[in-house]
Amino acid sequence: MHMADALLSPAVGGVMYAASTGAAVYSVKKVKENFDSKRVPVMGVMGAFVFAAQMINFTIPGTGSSGHFCGGMLLAAILGPYAAFLTMIAILLIQCLLFADGGILALGCNIWNMAFYACFFGYFCIYKPFMKNGMSKGKILAASLLGSILSLQLGAFSVVLETTVSGISELPFGLFVAAMQPIHLAIGTVEGLITAAVLIFIYQTRPELINAETTENKFSLKKILTIMAVIVVLVGGALSLVASSNPDGLEWSIGQVSGKEELEASGGVHDSLANVQEKTAVLPDYSFGNDNAAGTSVSGIVGSAVVAGLCILAGTAFSSAKKKKKAKTE
Amino acid sequence: MSKISSAIYEVHYMDTIASKDSPIHRIHPLAKLIVTVAYIWFTVSFDKYDVTGLITMVVYPVALFSVSDVSFSHSLKKLRVVLPIILLMGIFNPIFDREPRFLLFGVTVTNGMISGLTLFIKGFFTVIASYLLIATTKIESICYALNILHVPEILVTQILLTYRYITVLLSEANHIFEAYSLRAPLQKGVHHKVLGSLIGQLLFRSIDRASSLYDSMVLRGYNGNFRHSQLPKARRQDYLYPVLWCAVFAVLRYTRITDIIGNLFV
Repeated sequence: MHMADALLSPAVGGVMYAASTGAAVYSVKKVKENFDSKRVPVMGVMGAFVFAAQMINFTIPGTGSSGHFCGGMLLAAILGPYAAFLTMIAILLIQCLLFADGGILALGCNIWNMAFYACFFGYFCIYKPFMKNGMSKGKILAASLLGSILSLQLGAFSVVLETTVSGISELPFGLFVAAMQPIHLAIGTVEGLITAAVLIFIYQTRPELINAETTENKFSLKKILTIMAVIVVLVGGALSLVASSNPDGLEWSIGQVSGKEELEASGGVHDSLANVQEKTAVLPDYSFGNDNAAGTSVSGIVGSAVVAGLCILAGTAFSSAKKKKKAKTE
Repeated sequence: MSKISSAIYEVHYMDTIASKDSPIHRIHPLAKLIVTVAYIWFTVSFDKYDVTGLITMVVYPVALFSVSDVSFSHSLKKLRVVLPIILLMGIFNPIFDREPRFLLFGVTVTNGMISGLTLFIKGFFTVIASYLLIATTKIESICYALNILHVPEILVTQILLTYRYITVLLSEANHIFEAYSLRAPLQKGVHHKVLGSLIGQLLFRSIDRASSLYDSMVLRGYNGNFRHSQLPKARRQDYLYPVLWCAVFAVLRYTRITDIIGNLFV
């Protein structure tokens, strides 16, 4: 579910950075409130643990294929939601830099889609209410399964929203949703089953490792849902501002005057010049649309080829000259 | 090589190339971080049909590969992760956006084809830019840059500790997985019935290791604040580096430089 930079517009990337930063600042504040210096190395090592555990594939019964888990819900159950959220940020940043999984601009989106829903929604709305009156194997299984499925569904839906609002892909919204949600239903089920298997093992062998805060009910479900709704409205509002499909001011003005969004030129001088252009064109087979300024004019293509060619030539020449110089000194 | 072994190799390899010495490696990490973010920002801001303008952004990766001694072929391996997603998204553009744009030797090129190509180029450039940052800057230096930007101490410490312990716990996972594989030959992955205890064991080992780590940190004077190694003060070129690159990006983005150069030849 990692999003790449190329799938986003700068505005959507910026809005999601702001949203994720807000959640991170709040988490830092909450972790500092109950600061225990021993927790810092545990969080760091748990982050590395999630990396290592993701590398272990397991067989999916009856399919012959294999899968792995993401770890957000598991971290939230062991470290608590705030520490888990910060640990997930570290994991996603390292994944993006070291393994090119995700992107620097898309980091805000990835934190939101993968860490926020699992650590906050999955934990406060599903896991915590389930464990309110004590733990059991059945409750752990149900909470892990439901929490993972719902947080992955929300994450997948956010990916669709962010990509659609960015206007990069032509994939229709309905089709995109129909493709993403069922796949992530299966992934969420697998994630939930692994999370449950690990948590049940811990519960049976070292139950003291599971976050003790789960039985305290400081946050009500109603409060969390209200906060979630406010965040969704704010983020949705910000995204819709970025994604206005109305014509811009100039187009609107032209539309008011002429009834069309664009003016079409015609007449003697225009037609003569068009004929001259047609006769003098270097590549007569090319017949460009109206939107030449958008980057497909002949001079644009020639220019970009010249720039790219010169860059690569200069770079290759510089590298080989450097290698020769190095060889001489050795 | 197994998936875990290749991940361990990858971490060590990136550590090694980031420790090299070149003019780019010597630039202040904050300057490199700013330039990388600016490059990605300008690159993705190009219009989805502006393929010729976008191509000029090749200037930055070519310059850095030439000066920094970083292998271009290794960077291509990084594309394996992100390329399938981008191709999957881009492949729908020619299908759903069939408005003809121009004829090329009798073949109609549609808007969707151009926007699909732009998406691919953007994906390529942005991944390469992130790779160039991590290939020329050690993770400790990036954390130092984040510290200067006032990213909370606890988050920076998380990044450092997680990074440092990735190889340790990957080796641990490798031992567990190899031991399992020897006892369960010809099996694809771990059987779901033992997955809980297998990952659980790895988790216990991780927590025990965190406990030892905490003890060793306390013995070295840790009191809740992590001390980062200080880098040398920023030099004149460290200030010039982001200013000049941002100016180049702005020129490439906001002037039709390809048209100007192209007009000289057409």
